[in-house]
Amino acid sequence: MASKTPREGYCLGIESTADDFGVGIAAFNGEILANAVSGYVPEQGGIHPREAARHHAEVADQVLAEAFAKAQLKPKDLSVIAFSQGPGLGPSLRTGATVARALASYLNLPLVGVNHSVGHIEIGKLQTGAKDPLTLYVSGGNTMVTAFAAERYRVFGETLDIALGNCLDVFAREAGLKQRKGLPLGAAVEKLALEGKTLVALPYVVKGMDLSLSGLLTSATAALQKGTNRLEDVCFSLQENAFSMVTEVTERALAHTEKREVLLTGGVAANRRLQAMLSVIAREHDAEFKVVPKQYASDNGAMIAWTGVLAFTHGLRTPVEESVVRVRWRVDKVEVPWIT
Amino acid sequence: MDNLTRGTLLKKGAEASLYLAEWHGRRAVIKMRLPKTYRPTQLDQQIRRQRTVREPQLMHEAKLAGVSTPLIYLVDVANAVIVMEYLDGKQVKQVLDNLPPEERRDLCVVIGGLIGKLHVHGVVHGDLTTSNMILASNGKVSLVDFGLGEKNTELEAQGVDLHLLKRALQSTHFQNANACFTAVLEGYRQVLGSEGTERVLEKIREIERRGRYIADRQQP
Repeated sequence: MASKTPREGYCLGIESTADDFGVGIAAFNGEILANAVSGYVPEQGGIHPREAARHHAEVADQVLAEAFAKAQLKPKDLSVIAFSQGPGLGPSLRTGATVARALASYLNLPLVGVNHSVGHIEIGKLQTGAKDPLTLYVSGGNTMVTAFAAERYRVFGETLDIALGNCLDVFAREAGLKQRKGLPLGAAVEKLALEGKTLVALPYVVKGMDLSLSGLLTSATAALQKGTNRLEDVCFSLQENAFSMVTEVTERALAHTEKREVLLTGGVAANRRLQAMLSVIAREHDAEFKVVPKQYASDNGAMIAWTGVLAFTHGLRTPVEESVVRVRWRVDKVEVPWIT
Repeated sequence: MDNLTRGTLLKKGAEASLYLAEWHGRRAVIKMRLPKTYRPTQLDQQIRRQRTVREPQLMHEAKLAGVSTPLIYLVDVANAVIVMEYLDGKQVKQVLDNLPPEERRDLCVVIGGLIGKLHVHGVVHGDLTTSNMILASNGKVSLVDFGLGEKNTELEAQGVDLHLLKRALQSTHFQNANACFTAVLEGYRQVLGSEGTERVLEKIREIERRGRYIADRQQP
């Protein structure tokens, strides 16, 4: 979002919640000047927290240098350092927090801890122009329907067990699909699902505005191992069931909150089938549908930098002694004084 | 659907539309589960059919348990339509935060008792929000919207049921959420006794630990 307002200051944001180490630089006027990232790709299986943390420590200096080069800034130009304080994997978070503390104390700059989930919502709002959306935030670690009400982002619906991205990733690994740089497992499932034709019967579990995905994952895996179903059909059925469930709870929350915008954010936001389903319910409830641009969908430093700007310019600071990571920091516990 | 005139739209919910109607001279509500175009037709029909069949069955079970629910007049499974009694009253959602603290507490104790009766009878509601509770002017509370419920005697299902109510209170009645849930548990305890209630509470804590619910634990 190019803006004519003066930049005033710059915030560097460090994201290290899970498998990605990202560094973003945001100007106070909302310009994103850099968004560098390095992803850890496990040799096999899912994220090993210790290995992810080791990766982050190894690449931190390169990713920082890349961000400064991209933004054409020097460390002395910065006004504040922001970091993802949680929720997430402890070892990964602690690596990012260590880098942030070191930078802040070396450069003698204030530090501000940012909630990762709020970061996903705020970058979505910044990039799409959404003002007060009902947000569906879907990623490898989170699945929630949230909207602002009385001083906080309130959680209207969420998963009772595993996250949507996790459900798709684990299924993909069970199916023998391989993660490659630039092609997340979820994207592989999406591609195969396009060739699916037959709907395999799978569980559909909506409880109030919450949902449960673990039974769906187990059943989809079993449907594949049975050997009589095509992989494409199971991918298709898994997506249709899972996305219908999140769309249904989003619609319930939309009818309940009567918000005029629906924002889709987080890593799974890149999925076109999910985008299509949500745009249908937004239209039916006279709400505008907005989706975060792909480069800001998965974990990134820019969202931490921008949320750091919002927090810092509204008086929030995180002294080093309070900068311990918070692995289960719920979005409805976060102060958001920039929203009125 | 003879002898039925579809009247004004009462509420366009996410899952169903409710119309005020006249049925053999009685005031009635027509609940229509309209097709959802975002999901595949096959899946959509299956879901709407299942909920249309299940809802009246569970409302009947609730009555057997001693919980007031609207009378069912007609079920049209093929069209996913239910015609039921119109209840005069207000949604608890609309009144809860405006009641004096004493009355609010008493109402929540009553609600907790109703949930207890359902659970003892082996029914979980599946969508316990204050929108699905109707308070009549004489103080009687009825439960509606059983479409997501099930016959289930497992502790897990009962724990999730109460957990959903706790969450609904937190997101919609955040000023009074804790006091309300405490009062709900008091009413629940009157039906299930202390031991039964403790077991469900322990299950709720387990559910909260499993998900992303517990308050932040500070880590070094």
